[in-house]
Amino acid sequence: MSEAVQKNARMLPYVSAITEGVQQVLREQDNAFVAGEDVGQAGSVFGYYQGLLAEFGDRRIVDTPISEKGIIGLGVGAAATGCRPIIDVMFMDFLGECMDEVANQMAKMRFMFGGGATLPITVLTMAGAGMNLAAQHSQSWEAWLAHLPGVKVVMPSNAYDAKGLIIAAARDDNPVFVVLNKMSLAMPAEVPEEMYEVPIGKAQIVKEGTDFSIFGIGRMVHEALAAAKTLEELGVNCEVVDVRSIQPFDSETAVASIKKTHRALIVHEAVRFGGFGGEIVAQLQEQAFDYLDAPIARVGAPFSPVPYSPALEQVYIPNAGRIVTEVKKVLGL
Amino acid sequence: MAKKISTKVLTDLHLNMVRIRRFEEEAGKLMEDGKIPGALHLYVGQEAVASGVMAHLNNQDQITSTHRGHGHVIAKGGQFSPMFAELYGKATGYCKGKGGSMHISNMALGILGANGIVGGGPPIAMGAAFSNKFRKSKQVSVTFFGDGASNEGSFHEAANMAALYQLPCVFVCENNGFGEYTAQSNHQAVTDVADRAAGYGMPGVVVDGMDVMAVYEAAEAAVKRARSGAGPTLLECKTYRYYDHVGVRGMGLTYRTDEEVEAWKQRDAIESFEALLVKQGVMTQKKLDNVYARVDADIQEGIAFAESSPFPTEDDLLEDVYFVGAKS
Ligand SMILES: Cc1ncc(C[n+]2csc(CCOP(=O)(O)OP(=O)(O)O)c2C)c(N)n1
Repeated sequence: MSEAVQKNARMLPYVSAITEGVQQVLREQDNAFVAGEDVGQAGSVFGYYQGLLAEFGDRRIVDTPISEKGIIGLGVGAAATGCRPIIDVMFMDFLGECMDEVANQMAKMRFMFGGGATLPITVLTMAGAGMNLAAQHSQSWEAWLAHLPGVKVVMPSNAYDAKGLIIAAARDDNPVFVVLNKMSLAMPAEVPEEMYEVPIGKAQIVKEGTDFSIFGIGRMVHEALAAAKTLEELGVNCEVVDVRSIQPFDSETAVASIKKTHRALIVHEAVRFGGFGGEIVAQLQEQAFDYLDAPIARVGAPFSPVPYSPALEQVYIPNAGRIVTEVKKVLGL
Repeated sequence: MAKKISTKVLTDLHLNMVRIRRFEEEAGKLMEDGKIPGALHLYVGQEAVASGVMAHLNNQDQITSTHRGHGHVIAKGGQFSPMFAELYGKATGYCKGKGGSMHISNMALGILGANGIVGGGPPIAMGAAFSNKFRKSKQVSVTFFGDGASNEGSFHEAANMAALYQLPCVFVCENNGFGEYTAQSNHQAVTDVADRAAGYGMPGVVVDGMDVMAVYEAAEAAVKRARSGAGPTLLECKTYRYYDHVGVRGMGLTYRTDEEVEAWKQRDAIESFEALLVKQGVMTQKKLDNVYARVDADIQEGIAFAESSPFPTEDDLLEDVYFVGAKS
């Protein structure tokens, strides 16, 4: 990067990158609108639609009742008939309220209609634990969505990806879930002012390494990077891969990394059992079995709902320490 | 005031409202001081509803509560010590620190949980009412929910089924004028949620939720009707939350005017009831002061209990996910 560009580098927190992504989409697409609970006057409980009502008015920033079935249904019906809705599901946990509209309508309408319907719908939703919001406001349900043929699922770990993935999602003619993370809202990154896409279906190597591949999902990428630092001191040179796109999953990047390092660990915030890490393990052993020198490790949440007590939540959420422990176990250190 | 209401009932109504008000004020401070983690949705302003309704329920009757649940728990007999301990995330809390404010519950008191999911309560209360009828018990279930929650499909399905099966259930809508930051007129086209009752074939009643006697009397009829097997009622209580959706700030909010808040406070349920009690000779100022002193002592005891209680440990994490005891 040239010095001139570096000097102009603009740092933006995750929350503002979301705003800017949505704003630029709305400016680009006349038939795009945002609908969800407290998205307008309140600018979302997380603040990421601040200012959009003033710019676009209430025709395009639509406050809805607390009716998630209705909200997703609104998105499906509108998308099928010429709009490009951006639907907001305040907390990912509330998908429970509208999973039929997601799983039985949105995901398969096009297929059931023999390709007759196109659903350019983007859903923004907030996942993740860490704020003592307990069992119904802290979950990571990406595996649930990834299991649905017909929807795409991405999880930006940083502000740059948040903006780029939102723009890519909104330009995609398929339903795309952009699963955001509430603990990352204040986290800054360099975000260009112009409109850009981060491709859906592409993982990113965020740290090159030779000895061990750590695949991180969402916020866990940062824990993976912290773990890699600790492991570096122990002489283990880790490669850290930001999975970024859950569906489609970029197995090409994953396999290439394994061919280099021969060992892998997957970390996600979601419950380990049945989590997306299992799918990654399966793909790696199918496509790179001969390159593997050790069983693939997984770090995820224990098999319990997210606890409220800070004392419990702290040990519940995966962290760098647990990644280090598992990597050392695999290496016999 | 109605004629034959005993002094005990009146003083209990008052005591419950004061217990709720003071608990919430203290809990709010503790949240602001960072002693209580997470998010508290406080009930200040709405005390007359929980107190007036719960006066007709016994420990066997069930309730479902909401994210704004402390008031319901207190009026249903919840004790301060395990409540504060739960809010602190301690092992001695009502839910062993696992649930917190939004999931506070106690089955022995018939509390089927606060709820983090808006509209989560009505179907569960309907199910409890089904069970009450099925088991031929005389129990009644009451579901509390907000004006915002009355837009969730879950409320409508529960209301329809409760009326269809003539279940011993009371639907108490606490219409405080807002769902989060959205005024009622921006989230539904009706003014009275009670109007929706007609669509399900049950009576819908509107009552002044700032008047504890009005709530008491309306709830009496609804609970009686449920207990007698005549079916559910939708009771809408018009009320107001003095604080913000989350936390304690009440004034200077962008989505409502300070004048509006002041106007509701002028009709404060506790103050007006106290004036009435004194006027009727049921209470004296000295007696009122004693109530507050007793409640405050209780609060201090509860906070001390919470603060001196241990946190749960990692070993507790996997407990209670499944039932693993002997078969019942
Ligand atoms: C299914 C679901 N959708 C949205 C939310 C977020 N939320 C929490 S409280 C609330 C407002 C509820 O309004 P109301 O039912 O009127 O109750 P009040 O807060 O006024 O007591 C919302 C939208 C939620 N917790 N659950």
